[in-house]
Amino acid sequence: MLTRRTFLIGGLGVAGAAGALVVGWSALPLRQRLVGSAPLPVQGAEVPLNGWVKVSSDNSVTVMMCKAEMGQGIYTGAAMLLADEMDADWTQVKVQQSPIDKIYNNLDNIVGDLPFRPDDHSVFEELTVWMLRKASRDFVGTMITGGSTSINDLWQPMREAGASARMMLCGAAAEQWHVPVGECRAENSRVLHPSGRSASFGELAELAGQQSLQTHVVLKTPAQFRLIGKPVKRIDGPSKLDGSAKFGIDALPDGLLYASVLMCPTLGGTLKDCDDSVARALPGVVKVLKVDAYNGGTGGVAVIAENVFIAMYALDAVAALGIEWNHGAAADVSDSDVVRSLTDALEHSEGHAYYSRGDVDGALGTAARVVSAEYRAPYLAHAPLEPMNCTVQVTDDGAKVWVSTQVPALARKQVAKVLHMDTDKVEVQVLLLGGGFGRRLEVDYVSQAAAIASEADGRPVQTIWSRPQDMTHDFYRPACVSRFRAGLNRAGELVAWRNLSASQSAVAASLKRNYGIPDPLCDRTTVEGAFDQPYEWPNLRVAQTTVELPVPVGFWRSVGHSHQAFFVESFMDELAAAAGKDPVEFRAGLLEHHPRHLAVLRRAAVLSNWGRPLARAPDGAACARGIALHEAFGSIVAQVAEVSIGANKTVCVRRVVCVVDCGTPVNPNLIRQQVEGGIVFGLSAALYEAITIDHGQVQQQYYSDFPIVHMDDCPVIDTDIMSSEGEPQGVGEIATPPIAAAVANAIFALTGQRLRTLPLQLA
Amino acid sequence: MLTLDINGKKVMVKSDPATPLLWVLRCELGMTGTKFGCGIGVCGACTVHLDGAAQVSCLAVISTLGNSRITTIEGLGGAEAVALKAAWSNIDVVQCGYCQSAQLMAASALLKQKPTPSDKDINDAMSNVVCRCGTYPRIRAAIHEAARKKTG
Repeated sequence: MLTRRTFLIGGLGVAGAAGALVVGWSALPLRQRLVGSAPLPVQGAEVPLNGWVKVSSDNSVTVMMCKAEMGQGIYTGAAMLLADEMDADWTQVKVQQSPIDKIYNNLDNIVGDLPFRPDDHSVFEELTVWMLRKASRDFVGTMITGGSTSINDLWQPMREAGASARMMLCGAAAEQWHVPVGECRAENSRVLHPSGRSASFGELAELAGQQSLQTHVVLKTPAQFRLIGKPVKRIDGPSKLDGSAKFGIDALPDGLLYASVLMCPTLGGTLKDCDDSVARALPGVVKVLKVDAYNGGTGGVAVIAENVFIAMYALDAVAALGIEWNHGAAADVSDSDVVRSLTDALEHSEGHAYYSRGDVDGALGTAARVVSAEYRAPYLAHAPLEPMNCTVQVTDDGAKVWVSTQVPALARKQVAKVLHMDTDKVEVQVLLLGGGFGRRLEVDYVSQAAAIASEADGRPVQTIWSRPQDMTHDFYRPACVSRFRAGLNRAGELVAWRNLSASQSAVAASLKRNYGIPDPLCDRTTVEGAFDQPYEWPNLRVAQTTVELPVPVGFWRSVGHSHQAFFVESFMDELAAAAGKDPVEFRAGLLEHHPRHLAVLRRAAVLSNWGRPLARAPDGAACARGIALHEAFGSIVAQVAEVSIGANKTVCVRRVVCVVDCGTPVNPNLIRQQVEGGIVFGLSAALYEAITIDHGQVQQQYYSDFPIVHMDDCPVIDTDIMSSEGEPQGVGEIATPPIAAAVANAIFALTGQRLRTLPLQLA
Repeated sequence: MLTLDINGKKVMVKSDPATPLLWVLRCELGMTGTKFGCGIGVCGACTVHLDGAAQVSCLAVISTLGNSRITTIEGLGGAEAVALKAAWSNIDVVQCGYCQSAQLMAASALLKQKPTPSDKDINDAMSNVVCRCGTYPRIRAAIHEAARKKTG
């Protein structure tokens, strides 16, 4: 008989065994990332040497690319890592999108979302990171291009794959020449022997493929790098100058039909009823159908037609007859409700403290001077230039998907779910992304396209959103309100800082809609940029309170940093002014124990001639400088903006000096590109962008009412990269956060107006 | 059926005459170098040349084009284009690349008209084509370099 006691003991035994398994699993080293679970696809004479590289008899070296190219230059940067260790001739290197496999899972993405400060090197932090990296490799991870993690994630495995391939090529040469392998070395896609013998990688390819896999490799020292550290030009450059580059929207499989969708104008709504009689009768229209809401998106009506123009025209015909919608929960929400919800949360909650130190209330009570401020940021759309689109062909055998996405494995899984198929029946072809910025971390448009294509009798269908559909059905950067209260002592030193912000949680929303995972109760991205900065003073508390609203929110380039950097670095400037100190010196005083940050700050001051008189703008207007320092994605950035005020109180940003410390600069050319692009992206938000909501409906539709920086308002950008031999860190998002604060601080210096709401508008 | 003059060739197209050139290029002719961005002429991603002038193709209804010489990125040639592509490559302008066909179309029309454009000329000619990646500083530098090398 099973007694309560034996049951308990049995239960403990099971739990103990499970616990032992977990302990055992976590003690094992990280599972290899060198070879995937299936052989690589090959063409012609290509020979795979591991899961990351193929060599062909024509001497080409094909690097398998597990990251999406969305402008950040990862095709080039990641291929350099492998090619350098392989000693491959860069001119022979090609890139091919990799299949979906666990060896390509991003191990750093989830780690980047852990609520640890960069200076936390505790045993708990290290153990958690270790466990999560292992788990990402084995269970919870996915292929993902995001979070500025690509170079960091690939730094080890792609160099190891290159070194391993080089050893196999050397092994092949040694076998052919009957010499010890240790006497062979590789250089510029050839293996060389001191005897003078040499052979090209192409000549050795076949024999190299028969060598045993080399798993113990010795990586180069920085002094031995030949590509890493060089301003190598983009490998995808030429194809983008003659129109031959293929983006998602350029997938044109035979027999292609096109679809366009009109979704409920209220976010999250669905179609109730519509009259499609006129649309169906139009020449070229194949089908009019209802589409559900997928992955946190919105439902609506779709037209499948012979070309895009007919599909869009037919949708207008449907709309002209009036459409009945189920508007859903968002219909009750307008901007004023959002602001009220956020400020109410600030009034009634202490929030979750992500970092606290000392006795804030005590220090505020005894401070010589207390400064308070409230800052605000609006919802923002990603608005990549290539609108959401996805091409799908559904046949009896399975489905094929052509898409520009940052998450191919998730896309495959969701398509399989929509089509009630096994995942392995779905093939995903990732094409170039015409901008991502976080929008293509979502799969609403992919699932929707699969559902539409399933109605096309086996013909492939490309579903393309119009610009208004793209703008009004995004997953927006959360709106945020943040309050600060800080104390200065008699010497003007910062002694206390209390900060509480309120916003929605993008991580919670994304986990729910895309992975079916419940609310993690804590979301680092809501408060990154506020709790994790290097400045030190005795007493602080940085907290966040999460508000639920029926507005879909997501990951917008630099995520929480995008607004928190504006808040923190603007308020820091307010404190410097209150203390009567120079903004650079005030910050420097808080960085005594952070030499890297201090060096970046000082360098930006030197390069911008900080403190020296500034010439007038060409229109004769006075100019002033503003500075901001920010750490994000492992990199440190300081920016100085030079600003004047033009006609009609427009803010003119003349020049931006930007200094970055991003660890080893893998490719200074790409880093400069990302700094320039990140600044322009952030400047559009600083000066112009805002998504406003009226009864659940987004009010902006085009770049005309959601303006971005153009050629004529783009500043001169001077970038300086600190030399470093540290591990390379993210660069794709780092330049976006500080620019709004640098500009706002310059406006304050110029006009005395402290602007605390984005976008920045002078009174 | 309409006949269009595209990249120096007469091309018969069967799309409805009310169709904008953009969709004829992309959907009927499979010429995907010209990109869709907004459909109302505010982003400039679909810029082509009509008789040598930069124009958005999303608003150019084919029935109105008559004998206009249409040039797309696939057929862009001439000394200006060669100089611009060399400068684009030398300065490594592109990021995502989605707008770059249009940037090159706009820039080559500019150089044809003004061989040594000022910054203001560049602002006037290029501010109709948006780049969400923010390649503007490099585009400006590349236009200046192309002008210098071509005339120098």
